[in-house]
Amino acid sequence: MNERRPDPDLLLAQVREAEGRATRGKLKVFFGANPGVGKTFAMLEEARVKRVEGVDVVVGVVETHRRVETEALLTGLEILPRRPVEYRGITLHEFDLDAALARHPAILLVDELAHTNAPDSRHTRRWQDVEELLAAGISVYTTLNVQHLESLNDVVAQITGIQVRETVPDAVFDAADEVELADLTPDDLLRRLEQGKVYFPEQAERAREEFFRKGNLIALRELALRRVAERVDAQMRGYMREQGIREIWPAGDRLLVSVGPNPASARLIRAGHRMASRLTCEWVVVYVENPAISLSAADREALVENLRLAEELEARVATLQGRDTADEILAYAREHNVTRIIIGKPTHPWWRDKVRGSLLDKLVRGSGDVDVYVISGEVEGEVPRRLPSPSRASPLKEYLWAVLVVTLCTLGGWAGLHHLTVTDIAMIYLLGTVVVSSRSGRGPALAAVLVSIALFDFFFVPPYLTFAVSDLQFVSTFGVMLLISLVISGLTVRVREQAGFARERESRTAALYAMSRELATARDRSQLVDVVRRQIGASFGAAVQLLLPDEAGSLAPPEGQAPAYPLDDRERGVAQWVFQRDQSAGLGTDTLPAAKALYMPLRASGHLVGVLGVMPSDPRRFQDPAQRQLLEAFADQVALALERMTLEQQTQQSQVEIEAERLRTALLSSLSHDLRTPLAGITGSATSLLQDRSMRDEVRRDLLQTIVEEAQRMNRLIGNLLDMIRVETQTLVVQKEWQPLEEPIGVALIRLDERLQGREVQVQLPPDLPLVPLDGLLIEEVLINLLENAVKYTPAGSPITISARVDNQSIVVDVADRGPGLPPGEEARIFDKFYRSVGAPPGGGVGLGLTICRGIVQAHGGRIWAENRPGGGAVFRFTLPIEGTPPTLPPREAVAETV
Amino acid sequence: MAVPQPLVLLIEDEPQMRRFLRAALDDGQYHLIEAPTAREGLAQAASRNPDIILMDLGLPDGDGLDLTRRIREWSNRPIIVLSARGMEVDKVAALDAGADDYLTKPFGVGELLARMRVALRHATLAASGKEEPEFLEGDLRVDLARRQVFVRSQEVHLTPLEYRLLQTLVHHAGKVVTHRHLLKEVWGINSIAQTHYLRVYMTQLRHKLEVDPTHPRLLLTEPGVGYRLKVSS
Repeated sequence: MNERRPDPDLLLAQVREAEGRATRGKLKVFFGANPGVGKTFAMLEEARVKRVEGVDVVVGVVETHRRVETEALLTGLEILPRRPVEYRGITLHEFDLDAALARHPAILLVDELAHTNAPDSRHTRRWQDVEELLAAGISVYTTLNVQHLESLNDVVAQITGIQVRETVPDAVFDAADEVELADLTPDDLLRRLEQGKVYFPEQAERAREEFFRKGNLIALRELALRRVAERVDAQMRGYMREQGIREIWPAGDRLLVSVGPNPASARLIRAGHRMASRLTCEWVVVYVENPAISLSAADREALVENLRLAEELEARVATLQGRDTADEILAYAREHNVTRIIIGKPTHPWWRDKVRGSLLDKLVRGSGDVDVYVISGEVEGEVPRRLPSPSRASPLKEYLWAVLVVTLCTLGGWAGLHHLTVTDIAMIYLLGTVVVSSRSGRGPALAAVLVSIALFDFFFVPPYLTFAVSDLQFVSTFGVMLLISLVISGLTVRVREQAGFARERESRTAALYAMSRELATARDRSQLVDVVRRQIGASFGAAVQLLLPDEAGSLAPPEGQAPAYPLDDRERGVAQWVFQRDQSAGLGTDTLPAAKALYMPLRASGHLVGVLGVMPSDPRRFQDPAQRQLLEAFADQVALALERMTLEQQTQQSQVEIEAERLRTALLSSLSHDLRTPLAGITGSATSLLQDRSMRDEVRRDLLQTIVEEAQRMNRLIGNLLDMIRVETQTLVVQKEWQPLEEPIGVALIRLDERLQGREVQVQLPPDLPLVPLDGLLIEEVLINLLENAVKYTPAGSPITISARVDNQSIVVDVADRGPGLPPGEEARIFDKFYRSVGAPPGGGVGLGLTICRGIVQAHGGRIWAENRPGGGAVFRFTLPIEGTPPTLPPREAVAETV
Repeated sequence: MAVPQPLVLLIEDEPQMRRFLRAALDDGQYHLIEAPTAREGLAQAASRNPDIILMDLGLPDGDGLDLTRRIREWSNRPIIVLSARGMEVDKVAALDAGADDYLTKPFGVGELLARMRVALRHATLAASGKEEPEFLEGDLRVDLARRQVFVRSQEVHLTPLEYRLLQTLVHHAGKVVTHRHLLKEVWGINSIAQTHYLRVYMTQLRHKLEVDPTHPRLLLTEPGVGYRLKVSS
């Protein structure tokens, strides 16, 4: 095996990187130690060269600071107009990202990468604008000063004494395709400053005093040079890696930085980043969350800020949960092969370590072969102030309860003074303190012990009624009491904390489970939306809005749902951006943070199915990473449910299409065959009549009769097909009117007169049959179809009976015959479309009659079925519900006397 | 026939239908004139003053309903409407607008001639201002002067409303009478929506007059339109 063979995974990563670069624009950074070294000037010069070469170069934004030389370079270059923004009464002229994307030049000049955008811009920071430009395939030239680099931020602050707020993540700088250093010696720079070439004179004086001191300039220049050198170094490593030169790669160092909710932790993170990049190793920033401690809002904010900084510096961020910070860190370190741990130097007084134990000590002792670096500025994780836990009773109540218990103990001891020894009384007190500590926190327990000792001493230890102690033996009694109650209250507190932690975790899991279960049972989109709104709304105290894409990919709330909160163009815009970029945005994020809600992409098996908008009643809610993680879990569930629903709909849709296709095929064959058969008869008869004039009268009559009969048959067939289409397409309109059943029966019998071929149809209706709400024309059709079937399938002369009765708010109508009955198993199938029974005589219908009957009866809200009669024959039975209020009947009249 | 060779105006756009009706009618018994459009139909009706008009409801240039109304503005000659099944609402509208009867396509010649005879007879009677004093059909005899009803020579006692209902049908014997028309005549203008009154009374009437009330031979239902008292031709 060739040892120098490149690692395939690495190669793949390189290919991907190269592919990404091919479509992405290229980023060139003009880097400098401080303002005035000529970055913008260098950038513009290069742009001019490119323009001469015929490249499409456009100026997006360039700050000339009214430097004459720089302004001169701008002439002749295309400059994008800026976007005016009203902010606190003044008009700012911001870089217009959308105009740049629309113009889409080959190279765009965007000065000052570290700039912070005006509040209503899409991104908070200009480097994010640049990212979007690069992603869109536009190459960007930009400028950056060393003090704006995130990892060097605090170093610069230490040197210059000025804290720079506008920083750029190192990742952006490191990902640049080219970095050009604009360098000027401090002496030259100061000379330029004096000549007024850097700032206007009145500004120059102030700036020089604060910033442009020679010492500062030298230090900053060194930083800048070193940073560029590091980059070159990294490039060389990259080259070596590509060429399969492996030895240089350091053996698996891994760095862990332990941070807390303290602004000073930022320094640890930056230090970690510097060390990690020097070691070129992976690094992870860990925060151990103690479930017993609720963070104050300020602490939480600081923590979130720290973790975000870590993410920007490309650290892996892990939040661990546990009571003991040192244990958790060590466990994590062992699990992940961490080789170095960075932790802050403790700032609390020494005695606290004696009382509570020292994190640092524990960490160092337990670290084994892991190196522990202690860096100034940070304390261990346990800084946050304890907040009163809301689940517990108020502290005052607890203390009162402690005093009450101790008082009871004293009374008990007093009452039994003559029967009890002093040790017994001490035991009573001990019992009291145990009771208090097992119920309350450490404070009340301690209070109970101290009061107990005081009272015990006062009342029961000689000399009585003084606090003096004559026997030293009692001092040790006091000590034991103190110790026992401390131990018990400690245990109680711990158990309670663990229970609280478990409860919280359980409630999260339960909320998630409840939603996924409800989502699984949601049958349609509106139910799903409802579940999502309710469950997420309840879990996060928020208004929840689902936004789903239409075919063109533009998002809208699901049909028929009022928005959960006002969705103006701006909110929709944010959601749309999220959908296009597959990235969260809005409230609590870096992108479009001015939005009222947080928008998360709903991702299901590789594609986006929509966007979830969540507007919490407390806008700070989503600054907590745990909350956002939980929300992401919810969003995943929603996305899966949405996808499932879409797939189901597609399946249903295709089933409907298959069904429609089947119907079309059947209709076509029916039209081609069943309509042509009578047509053949008509055509044949008519042509013979036309040709042969010497025909006998009987034959002529016969032919004419055939024509008439076949035409009538065709008419019925067409009627059936039309009815079928009406039933199938659900355009059947039922116009119910209250009427006696006799009426449609009568019409059916008259219309069937000819076809009944002399068969007697018995009608048996009870005289008190009520009026029934029905559509006469349609029920006639049902009766005609049923009677026709009866005639067709039963031997001539066998009886056919129509009967009806009222049963349970419905009228039940039977059409019964004494024919051969139905073949077993066919009772249900005969109602299927185009189904023709095995025993069907030739020349019958197309097998639509019963399907039409079923359609009509169902449209009336009734049921139709068939069964065999006891004693032979079949009965077709249908019900029609008698719903609504029957109309009032005209008053009965007396029979008129004839005139 | 009261009038020899009555003049028939056929307003119909289908050439096949016109050909069939020409063959059936223009054989010396009737004299037929044809119009393929509503416009021409109206012109012919005005200029030729036909004795009877046969009109298709679905004409290419405007509906038959409108044409019926326009003709009724100045003429009371009988109009028979021709239409397909499933167009009951249109038929009722045409009848209420003044048409005398209707035929559902496809129909046979016998049916057509019978309807035309009935319509022409009613027109003649109305013109002469006379009323026949007695109605005779099958087993049924109605003595209009004495207000007596007999079935197989047995007098049948009707309530005043039943009689009024029968009387209205007799008055239009052989022609279809819409629900609305019957309700207006028997119960008055305020009851024209109470179709179930009519249905209940019709059932009662059938039980008194028909041999088999569930298979009526005299008091026929025109589904979705109204009722017709049968006359044999």
